[in-house]
Amino acid sequence: MDESGRFVARHVASLPKSGIRDFFAIVSKMKDAVSLGIGEPDFITPFHVREAAMAALEKGRTSYTDNRGTLQLREEISRYVEKYYGPTYNPESEILVTVGVSEALDIMLRATLNPGDKVLYHEPCYVSYAPSVTLCHAIPIPIKTTSKDQFALDPVALRAAWEPGCKILILNFPTNPTGGTADRKKLEEIAKFAIEKDLLVASDEIYSELTFEGDHVSIASLPGMRERTVFLHGFSKAFAMTGFRIGYACGPASVIDGMLKVHQYSIMCAPIISQEAAVEALRNGRDSMLHMREKYRERRDFIVRRFNELGLKCHLPRGAFYAFPDITSTGLDSMTFASKLLEAQKVAMVPGTAFGEAGAGYCRASFSTSYERIHEAGERIARFLDTLPSRK
Amino acid sequence: MNNVLKLLLEGEPLDTAQIGKILNLGQAAVESQLADLRKQGVLLGWRAVLNPSFEAERRVRAVIEIKIQTQGTGGFDGIAERISQFEQVESCYLMSGGYDLLVVVTADNLYKVAGFVHERLARIDGVQGTSTHFFLRAYKKDGFVITDSGAHRDQPSVSP
Repeated sequence: MDESGRFVARHVASLPKSGIRDFFAIVSKMKDAVSLGIGEPDFITPFHVREAAMAALEKGRTSYTDNRGTLQLREEISRYVEKYYGPTYNPESEILVTVGVSEALDIMLRATLNPGDKVLYHEPCYVSYAPSVTLCHAIPIPIKTTSKDQFALDPVALRAAWEPGCKILILNFPTNPTGGTADRKKLEEIAKFAIEKDLLVASDEIYSELTFEGDHVSIASLPGMRERTVFLHGFSKAFAMTGFRIGYACGPASVIDGMLKVHQYSIMCAPIISQEAAVEALRNGRDSMLHMREKYRERRDFIVRRFNELGLKCHLPRGAFYAFPDITSTGLDSMTFASKLLEAQKVAMVPGTAFGEAGAGYCRASFSTSYERIHEAGERIARFLDTLPSRK
Repeated sequence: MNNVLKLLLEGEPLDTAQIGKILNLGQAAVESQLADLRKQGVLLGWRAVLNPSFEAERRVRAVIEIKIQTQGTGGFDGIAERISQFEQVESCYLMSGGYDLLVVVTADNLYKVAGFVHERLARIDGVQGTSTHFFLRAYKKDGFVITDSGAHRDQPSVSP
């Protein structure tokens, strides 16, 4: 055993290494690789938002802020969430501004979980959910979602996965990496179950503006759910502000108070410059957001059609900016497919297993990129498939 | 708007075969749509957008404001159409405000622009006066922001 390893905590040492990092290491050294592996908008932050950040600097707005975030931003968040999602949150006590939605989820778990508590979440999912639970000395319990219903969470599967000791249910609709969404009817069934089992729901709605089919419904807006839901959101995806690292949580005052404790001792406050930019995005960013959403939708239609033409069965993702084709027809597993494709044709897709065991047999392809790149990737994947014995 | 046109206006370097694939139309259909758009006079043509600091673009460009006296002449249209015929003229617009025509010209050097103004424009009946401004530097052209260093992004090529 590596001698220095003795200092690392057991629960940290036991965390699996992110499969995405290995891929990144290879792709970043590769010339003329076409990457469909990018998990963030291809757009630069709209200029009026960047300008607000510059203005904040010019005005010398460089201090700490209230631990909860500036009141101005919390008031804007309150208005925005009420207008587009339904529930009303008090800016004074029920909203906390965080460093990205990642921090919001992390401190929400840390503020609510006791060692040994269990957390339900649907898989395939964003890479941090299970590790964040493990870091709280709690137990993650995955619920498998499938392409049969476009990776929506099946309430029957949720019920089957539940066991005594479950305290939290993490939801993420639209879902990274599958683009899965949940309609009102499904959410109502999930809500009923959450009430029956007295679950606290962490609803990560970071991709909610990027819903292409139907209206996005937040579970926090359903009867009886506001008091047991922490609504988690941010600016990264809808407003192309990943580098600003700014997100927020809205929920019952008691939970937000608990989160505030963790937040104030570990983070202090989100960067003020990002907070000022976020105010501008909420006030005037809707047109830019709608424009970007339309571009994503057009590219989605193209990439999904292309995968299906190539014989890689792909459902139409209803939200987010990822296609999640089924690659089992190649006879390869996700990791082998992604590695061989990268090696042979220099196209990077993320193996579905990076998003949990339930991602086996799939790969994630981001369509947050140019038509030219998607087209080129399609040509290269076609050439790659032609070399596989299973396709001859 | 026509989807083919919409795609062309995005400015990505795509040929008709690629456009056909993206729009699920086939190359022949894209080409026939483009031919129709040309026939209808919607699509006038297309050309590459060059960075003005690039060698081939190192010509002088000027914008000329022209005041017109329409009495006894062919009116604005007649004069504007005449001016538009000169190959030095890149674009020509009728304007509201303090002058009537705005003309963008390019030439090999400053003297050729000067010659164009006093030998050609000034001699046209109805041209009352001109005011010439030379372009010094381009910061944005046809929707493309021009930077010295090229935009550098640290975006990781694979991220969760």
